[in-house]
Amino acid sequence: MNPLFDYTLHLADSSLIMGHRLSEWTGHGPTIELDIALSNIALDLIGQSRNFYQYAAALKQNETEDTLAYLRDAREFKNLLIAETSNGDWAKTITKLFLFSTYQYYLYQQLIVSEDKQLSAISEKSLKEVTYHIRWSSDWVIRLGDGTEESNLRMKKAIENTWPLTGEMFEPAAYENLLLGNRIGVDVSNLKNDWLKKIQSVFDEATLPVPGNNIWMQRGGKEGIHSEGLGYLLAEMQFLQRAYPGCEW
Amino acid sequence: MQKRKNKNLQHKIFFMKQEEPLWEVFIRSKQGLDHKHVGSLHAADAKTAIENARDVYTRRMEGVSIWVVESKYIHASNPDDAASMYDPANDKIYRHPTFYHLPDEVKHI
Repeated sequence: MNPLFDYTLHLADSSLIMGHRLSEWTGHGPTIELDIALSNIALDLIGQSRNFYQYAAALKQNETEDTLAYLRDAREFKNLLIAETSNGDWAKTITKLFLFSTYQYYLYQQLIVSEDKQLSAISEKSLKEVTYHIRWSSDWVIRLGDGTEESNLRMKKAIENTWPLTGEMFEPAAYENLLLGNRIGVDVSNLKNDWLKKIQSVFDEATLPVPGNNIWMQRGGKEGIHSEGLGYLLAEMQFLQRAYPGCEW
Repeated sequence: MQKRKNKNLQHKIFFMKQEEPLWEVFIRSKQGLDHKHVGSLHAADAKTAIENARDVYTRRMEGVSIWVVESKYIHASNPDDAASMYDPANDKIYRHPTFYHLPDEVKHI
């Protein structure tokens, strides 16, 4: 077991799966401007995942960024559950993006001071992108939450559906704990206060309630235990490399 | 139940009428250069218009600064008036500064 490899994959997988899900909006956005905005964000995330996959591939023989992305099965993916959850309506997409981006922001902020120079460099580059993702998604949280009865209701439903997926963000997996001693990884349990404070301030402005502490949390994504939806996502994303191995275009 | 603020009337208008105003977008490509008109887009308010402009018009590193103005506030000259507006300048070449002789000592003009 190589904790650095697993950890790098975990970071890569979360970005790739979130990015791929968001890319499903491409061509279906409510307006052309929002279609482009979400596609930009999806591309940012897929770009982040490429950096992490390239680094992970360098840590292991006989792997490339493509084999890691296209030839692993669902059980081997270590992405957060919030990344794979379906897009739902606009409110759910906005909500999960806001919750996830805020998590990524505080994570990368800490990872910049990692002893691992690669992880540090990738985080520094990604942080600028994520800062914009928060800005964009939080504006929409406020717009929808403080909008009409209908948009407010949809946001409440979206929060109810996505909140149980946020617990595992702050529960370290075995490979994360193994990297704490040598100051490579981030103690994710320390990120929760900052994360919650940011969520609270945006939800307040959006006149949306923050769920209480007694909500049951789903977990397992980081360890490869996923929802049914990830299988379908991978089936579509990996089809070409599975059907035509080594295909380039 | 929390009290809803509904502070931004623009949001309400957007959701109720399902139509957003048009905005003209100006981008400055480099420090020190002018903002240039690049196109237009729809957005519910100025803040969103700037974010949309960022996503639509600066994806390929086109700019360092964005201006937006609601299209309805642009007042344009009438193309039908072109003859009376611009043609009279055609034979007034003396308005060009090339007719003035500058002393050799004057530089940078």
